[in-house]
Amino acid sequence: MTLLELKNVTKHYSPAVAPALADISFSVNEGEFISVIGPSGSGKTTLLRTINRMVELSGGEITFAGVSISRLRKSELRKLRSKIGMIFQHYNLVDRMSVIENVLHGRLGHKSTLAGILGSYTLAEKEQALRIIQMLGLDEYINKRCDQLSGGQKQRVGIARALVQNPKLILCDEPIASLDPSSAKIIMDYLKNISRDLGITLLVSLHQVDIALKYSDRVIGVNRGTIVFDGKPDELTRERVSEIYGFDAGDLMINLGESEGYAS
Amino acid sequence: MQVDVFRKRRNNALIFFGVLALLTAGAIVVTQYDVEKGFTSLGKAFVWGAANLYPDVKSLAKLPDILAKLRDTVLISVAATSAAAVFSLALALAGSRATRIHRSFTLVARGIASFFRNMPLVAWAMVLMLAFSQSSLTGFLALFMGSFGFLTRAFMETIDEVGDSSVEALKATGAAYLHTIFQAVLPSSLPQIVSWLLFMIETNIRDATLVGFLTGTGIGFSFDVYYKAFNYHAASLVVVVTVLTVLIMETVSNTVRRMIL
Amino acid sequence: MMEIDESIEVWGKMGKRDGGNNLRPLIAKPLDRATLAIRLTLFVLAGMTTYTFLTLGSNGVNVAQATAETLSNFATMFLHPYSHHLTVWDAFYEVLITLGLAYLTTVLGGVLALFLGLMAAQNLAPKWLTNIIKSFVAVIRAVPTILWVLIFAVAAGLGSTAAVIGLTFHSVGYLTKAYSESFEDLDRSVIEALRATGANWWQVVFQAVIPSSATYLLSWTFLRFEINFGNAVAMGAAAGAAGIGFDLFMAGGYYFDLHEVGLITYLVLAFAIVMETAATYMKRRLQSGE
Ligand SMILES: Nc1ncnc2c1ncn2[C@@H]1O[C@H](COP(=O)(O)OP(=O)(O)OP(=O)(O)O)[C@@H](O)[C@H]1O
Ligand SMILES: [Mg+2]
Repeated sequence: MTLLELKNVTKHYSPAVAPALADISFSVNEGEFISVIGPSGSGKTTLLRTINRMVELSGGEITFAGVSISRLRKSELRKLRSKIGMIFQHYNLVDRMSVIENVLHGRLGHKSTLAGILGSYTLAEKEQALRIIQMLGLDEYINKRCDQLSGGQKQRVGIARALVQNPKLILCDEPIASLDPSSAKIIMDYLKNISRDLGITLLVSLHQVDIALKYSDRVIGVNRGTIVFDGKPDELTRERVSEIYGFDAGDLMINLGESEGYAS
Repeated sequence: MQVDVFRKRRNNALIFFGVLALLTAGAIVVTQYDVEKGFTSLGKAFVWGAANLYPDVKSLAKLPDILAKLRDTVLISVAATSAAAVFSLALALAGSRATRIHRSFTLVARGIASFFRNMPLVAWAMVLMLAFSQSSLTGFLALFMGSFGFLTRAFMETIDEVGDSSVEALKATGAAYLHTIFQAVLPSSLPQIVSWLLFMIETNIRDATLVGFLTGTGIGFSFDVYYKAFNYHAASLVVVVTVLTVLIMETVSNTVRRMIL
Repeated sequence: MMEIDESIEVWGKMGKRDGGNNLRPLIAKPLDRATLAIRLTLFVLAGMTTYTFLTLGSNGVNVAQATAETLSNFATMFLHPYSHHLTVWDAFYEVLITLGLAYLTTVLGGVLALFLGLMAAQNLAPKWLTNIIKSFVAVIRAVPTILWVLIFAVAAGLGSTAAVIGLTFHSVGYLTKAYSESFEDLDRSVIEALRATGANWWQVVFQAVIPSSATYLLSWTFLRFEINFGNAVAMGAAAGAAGIGFDLFMAGGYYFDLHEVGLITYLVLAFAIVMETAATYMKRRLQSGE
């Protein structure tokens, strides 16, 4: 079943420069794990952010769960966003607050203004947050302030915050770009589990081609705001990778065949 | 190459100090500052101070009166700071990058802050005096105006430094504007905001002396009265009491700061 | 319209629901020291403020009437600036005098504070010395500028000289603290490395300490210059020092001439804002590494 559909999406940040997104169309089925790869500045971040309208599109149409997102009113937009989780490269946590408080922030989209201001959550929400925290192996840190956590732990809090939203789709913008290889593997494994066990759809932008191949059901390659590849990992040949990255990608491909040891 | 770099650096330093010296000479001429008299009177002031500027037993009788005035001064400083902080926070939120409602608010907030911050305290005091006369309200309002400008600027910088990453994350979860303020912006910036508050109170206690001088209120007025009556012992008691208050205030704020930052 | 079901079907998959009661103690958030200190501080300040509002009388002033009057005074001041006693050029020159006072006291204060700051920095001087200097300048700072000026005025007479000495005193107190803290931020290893090559104290100071903290020193000094400008205006008004402050005081306190107050205020504001802008610009350039 189609969850998300982009039709001829374009984005101009300013009329003077080339568009960040030019005529992007693709659709996403429920439960898919999709990686978006492409060189720096190719429009990966922009693409992800148009989907929850953190960036407004300049043209085209995006439909999420059968609803066209571009004409939503303010309260409807909040509702849309509450159904889409987002995970950031720099975690974007409130550093001085505890793990549980940060995780519960994922519920704000469902709350009344006053309840959200006071930070009062229902017991069911707290239980759920706790279960997710346990699932991500963060139970010891539950009341720790987030500035005392390591990068990998912070990103797990980020994932927990997205999960507690009870989302249909999670957008991950370079979730492992600031992490060491072993934390990166842990995070990718969690994302894979989320996709497999909970059936949540994932759209992940990545810089590591080998990891994209290893984890995803489908890879989308972007270059200068257009899609130059869209297919199964095993269809991604050396030539296609050079096409995405715009140069002979010999180095990038070294890991193509030998990334076996990476995933569990 | 190497030599050139050194020569250039030396030349820059020479120019810098040359301009500094030239401006100093200019400033001495314009202000008609008497360098020699400056040095001699410095010595004289210490001799005179040692002989006269200490509280004697008789002046201690004025202590209750001085303490009452001091209490007013401290209370006014705190009240002016707190009241100003409320307004400043609202304006700063409206003007900061992460929380502004519209781009143009930043410039407007900056302008307002700059106006209130740079308006001389004396001008506030003089104009407020005309209508509010010699009441504590005059002092309160004068301090309020200056604090409002300073705190707005400080809060805006604080909120900008905290950055918009967590605000962005909350927005992406569907949180409302006020949620992002109360759940992300304020928790992150509150320690720094409290630190600025304490700093402002310290400053205001010192400035309150000046305002008191001009408006005839508080501890500044006490000093003025004793000073003009040549009662230097009592005047020095005012100085001692003020110094102790400011030092205590500084110690308290440093302790609080260590705990919260 | 959005029609996305709110069901928690996914949640159900994340684990069995165990009783809420044994979760409760885990979720109850312990108050950490920082939060407690913040709340306590805000609570005390709010209490003192309320108390102040309740007790400090308005001395028989009708607040509503006085507010209205003040607003109309501001209107007069800002909408019709004009001067009877001063030409604009006179006023301009007076501002220049005030600016001169601010400059002189900042430079004098800065030079003195540089030496005191070196002696007060924990990584450069013995502990007993830093303690003495730090307490000394803390006391100097605690005395309001106006009191310093008046104290010196007894020996030097009211005027520029007393104002310069008084303002300088306070600047020394302020800048010594600022400078010494900038020095202390310097990495100990840099000093040790130079020491290890056999450099003596003065060489370390001039080759490592001052060059590395120069940007901080400069931005603190600029900040102090701005403060001193404000102080110089105030000293003109309150202690009869030369400059625009005195004119402001006369216009407001003796002639009750709001038009002239307005003119002077505009001038002072213009100077102050130019300085603020320049300082911000320089700070940004210094931070971005020239
Ligand atoms: N807020 C913005 N304002 C103006 N231009 C922008 C903005 N954000 C991105 N761009 C431009 O849009 C283009 C696409 O940027 P985007 O951040 O989407 O690329 P990316 O693929 O995420 O790059 P990276 O891999 O470096 O994160 C770039 O040319 C960038 O300069
Ligand atoms: Mg990006």
